[in-house]
Amino acid sequence: MNSRIAIALTINGEIVEALVAPRTTLTDFLRQDMQLTGTHTGCEMGVCGACLVLIDDRPVHACLMFAVQADGCVVETIEGLTSRKAIADLQKAFHERNALQCGFCTPGMLMSAYGLLSSGDVPSREEIRDTLSGNYCRCTGYEAIVDAIERTARDRQNTETREEA
Amino acid sequence: MKARAFDYVRPHSVEEALQAFANADGDAAYIAGGQSLVPALALRLQAPALLIDIARLEELHGLSVIGDHLRIGAATRHFEILNSGLVRTHAPLLSKAASFVAHPAIRNRGTFGGSLALADPASEFPAMSLALGAEIEIASLAGNRSVAAADFFLGLYETALQPGEMIRAVHVPAATARTYCAFDELARRRGDYALVGSGINAEIDNGRIERIRIVFLAVGSTPVQAKNVENLLIGNCLTPELIRKAQETLEADLDPPGDEQTPAEMRMHLARVLLGRLLGRLEATP
Repeated sequence: MNSRIAIALTINGEIVEALVAPRTTLTDFLRQDMQLTGTHTGCEMGVCGACLVLIDDRPVHACLMFAVQADGCVVETIEGLTSRKAIADLQKAFHERNALQCGFCTPGMLMSAYGLLSSGDVPSREEIRDTLSGNYCRCTGYEAIVDAIERTARDRQNTETREEA
Repeated sequence: MKARAFDYVRPHSVEEALQAFANADGDAAYIAGGQSLVPALALRLQAPALLIDIARLEELHGLSVIGDHLRIGAATRHFEILNSGLVRTHAPLLSKAASFVAHPAIRNRGTFGGSLALADPASEFPAMSLALGAEIEIASLAGNRSVAAADFFLGLYETALQPGEMIRAVHVPAATARTYCAFDELARRRGDYALVGSGINAEIDNGRIERIRIVFLAVGSTPVQAKNVENLLIGNCLTPELIRKAQETLEADLDPPGDEQTPAEMRMHLARVLLGRLLGRLEATP
């Protein structure tokens, strides 16, 4: 009964093999077994968005998945995105626009923003707010976060235009 | 806030999954997207001894047009519905409703069949399955059966599914050049559960309504079809006067519940407002 199950998955580019109890959520597995504590546990019921990770390049709640379900998947956490500099411009914009105070929600915010901006388009402020509707921030009031994401989107498009020219 | 210990299997076919459920003496649950089941497990509202993971079963995936129906595999995820050109062409009402389903990250995991099987009365897809007159294809060890959406949603989180049965696919009659639809909902925050939501699917010929289905969500223990309003509209052309009459008639169809934040009369008012807006902006199929 309830024996541990062998899983193999890719986390931040590295293949990881582990034995997990089926009841272990992906959040707990990442934080406790993998020591990747940038994925935060807030509500643990899919409301606050602090635990977002990328599964096969799409943001999902790590608290709404058991680690066994991630077997064979490509998982990327905030540590992965940061170390491959995929969101360096977003982080800079968050910093400069004071888009974080306590910082608890920030990894999740960055995940949602990464997902939204991956299309390459500049989203409207309404679209940005819609995307952030599953991310709770109790400090900033969101305005600065929306600003930072919008600015990053514009900067990225300007860079692209310059490169094309 | 942690699930009770359970065993986990990932069967290779629907048949194997059904057998696994039978072998567990009913103390099991199927998991696909898990976006409602995992919180229920964490809160210990449910505590099955066995989880049967059906999310990767190939036979539960895919969108296809078969004859005059759009077939939606039960494990099709919400974002796939939202982004699908096939859905936009053949079931535009579902495309419109999909952007209202939860938040983007939930849409990346949650499944269409899972939403129907859960039958949350505030959910968009159960209500729109009813509006579209969908047929729900159910797999069980006793054989496959098909249930109309009108006979599927029986009560609060209660469906025609028997223990061990599984939704295999949902069949939606494909839209035609005469199909018009609209969807909207009113919520305090985008992505939150709707205070009231509604979708309309109609067949309109030269301005005259031939068939129409109007379904409301979050106004009772199941999706609610506004049959009196439908009967008022059939055979007529939409005019501001008729829309006003429809709004007055709606009271005969809905008896919404009230709570501290949203009294019943407020919900009724919002439903009337929504009905007026939707009838005023029915859109043809792209």
